[in-house]
Amino acid sequence: MTSPLEQKKIKIAGPSVVTANRTWDGIVVYRTAAMSWSADLSEAAIVRNSDEAKALLAESVADDVGAIGPYIAPVQVGADGKIEPGNLREQIRRTGVTIGQPVQV
Amino acid sequence: MYAYDEIDRTLVNERVSEFRDQVKRRLSGELTEDEFKILRLQNGVYLQLHAYMFRVAIPYGTLASNQLRALAHVARKYDRGYGHFTTRQNIQFNWIKLAELPDALADLAEVGIHAMQTSGNNMRNVTSDQWAGVAPGEIEDPRIWSELIRQHTTLHPEFSFLPRKFKIAITASDHDRAAIKIHDIGLRLIKNEKGETGFEVLVGGGLGRTPFIAKTIKHFVHGRDILSYIEAILRVYNQYGRRDNIYKARIKILVHELGIEKFSREVEEEWQHIRNSSLQIDDEVIEDIRSRFAYPSYEKLPHMPDQLRQAAADPDFEAWRKNSVAPHKVQGYSIVTISLKPIGAPPGDATAEQMDALADLADKYSFGEIRVGHEQNLALPHVAQRDLPALWKALDKLGLATPNVNLITDIIACPGLDYCSLANARSIPIAQELTRRFANHELANLIGRLHINISGCINACGHHHVGHIGILGVEKNGEEVYQITIGGRADESAALGNLIGPGVKFDEVADVVEDIVEAYLALRERPEELFMDTVKRLGVEPFKERVYATR
Repeated sequence: MTSPLEQKKIKIAGPSVVTANRTWDGIVVYRTAAMSWSADLSEAAIVRNSDEAKALLAESVADDVGAIGPYIAPVQVGADGKIEPGNLREQIRRTGVTIGQPVQV
Repeated sequence: MYAYDEIDRTLVNERVSEFRDQVKRRLSGELTEDEFKILRLQNGVYLQLHAYMFRVAIPYGTLASNQLRALAHVARKYDRGYGHFTTRQNIQFNWIKLAELPDALADLAEVGIHAMQTSGNNMRNVTSDQWAGVAPGEIEDPRIWSELIRQHTTLHPEFSFLPRKFKIAITASDHDRAAIKIHDIGLRLIKNEKGETGFEVLVGGGLGRTPFIAKTIKHFVHGRDILSYIEAILRVYNQYGRRDNIYKARIKILVHELGIEKFSREVEEEWQHIRNSSLQIDDEVIEDIRSRFAYPSYEKLPHMPDQLRQAAADPDFEAWRKNSVAPHKVQGYSIVTISLKPIGAPPGDATAEQMDALADLADKYSFGEIRVGHEQNLALPHVAQRDLPALWKALDKLGLATPNVNLITDIIACPGLDYCSLANARSIPIAQELTRRFANHELANLIGRLHINISGCINACGHHHVGHIGILGVEKNGEEVYQITIGGRADESAALGNLIGPGVKFDEVADVVEDIVEAYLALRERPEELFMDTVKRLGVEPFKERVYATR
């Protein structure tokens, strides 16, 4: 597998986070400023330029036991600092499927 | 049902132990994800949007009731209480934890179920007609040959690192329910003029980014030679198939680029080297496999018993019977298709409770056997006609008696962006809305046979290319956009659909399908003219005009 760092030149168009799936159970996690993973988007480290994004991604990739498949995802940051996913895919990853599941979770 | 022998059981159990060790080493950090990925894929474990997804094989679509209960158990204990039946006779669990996967696999292994080769660049689960062994007019049971190929290709080192995944489907009936023409190799069981069993062999079918209908490479290969012939095809593919470009790596591209004549010559040359080798199958081998398939001891029953005649007075029962019940090769019995497409629900999903209850119904009414079809429905293959009214009532209580098999709400859909990491757009909500639009059974019946297939990306897991109406979700400028095709089909007359025009937005898809259906109802010459016949007669234009006249 090609490292995400080598896949393409990292370009970001706005505030972004690094997200992945936790290794042992696969749940969606976000890289925090404390060099850890959190399931809470509000705890994600925000990057605003390519160098910051590259550094955060490199650090995330290195933590191969903690989470897998890290990549940079766009977010929106409100005036109050609240972080929201930047596209539908990330919205679904954060809040779950947009359909009712056959069994209530 | 096929009974595993000691070799099968040992193989499955050893595989569980091996994977348990691999998972342990992964979680401890001894294995990196790069090292582990190929190992998990070889055991059916993907990473999707929210979690790991676990794909379990149901070889040639045949399940015993205890196996269905084991699937229900996995859904309940390790997942969120439901599973999703796919278009290739597999079931997927969407919320499995990696740390618990070895235990789930061990529980399945107890009843002879595994996840080997349900992903990765190897020979995938061999699929077949879900009515195999019971369909009237069938040449012979195709599952015997499916099992032969399964045994030969499972963990075969030469086929474990192919340029790309490889799928085989087998049918033995004139009407193709196994969609063999959209497989890498499609096998149609036939008899030659001497009455010997063999196969018409098709190659190079497939959907995805570059769809092709399979071409016939050989009109008759004797049954004893089928393994060597398949092996010859795979050797040519292994040698010439592209490994430098994932989008051009499937055999369909090789067949297309070489041309079927040249490809055929290459295969023929290779075949002559290996044809008279140990790959030649003795009759005893086939008979041994045949003897491991247990067939029910059918009773001698009348056709159309009194119970059925009396129940026919109930219009709800008749609506269900008309669409869900098919003739059986044995008088007095029927094949019952169980719709997993309730109105407003995700296509192909079944809860653990439904699976358990269905297993009980299979024991009571179908000699403990259940089938899985590529249309994402289930079937009970041996139901006595006298039991149909009671079965219907029981299915209705479970929410499994929707009378829509082969109608417009019997939709095939991939998991789409709600689950899948490859998807660009959602599929399931589109299917749900369409089932609500056409929920009126009288309307659906008036429309008649019409298959809608939906994929959430170009990989085409929802087989949109071969839907009578095909819907492909793509992403454009951050928005979900859907391209609509009409005129595709997946049966013996397989064809790819034609695009009717520019893509439409998420909220417009159901309106567009309604327009297409209204146009069809207005254009058909008589009620018996099916949607596909009207499209064939008139082409895309009148539908295009109707859809885009006001858009």
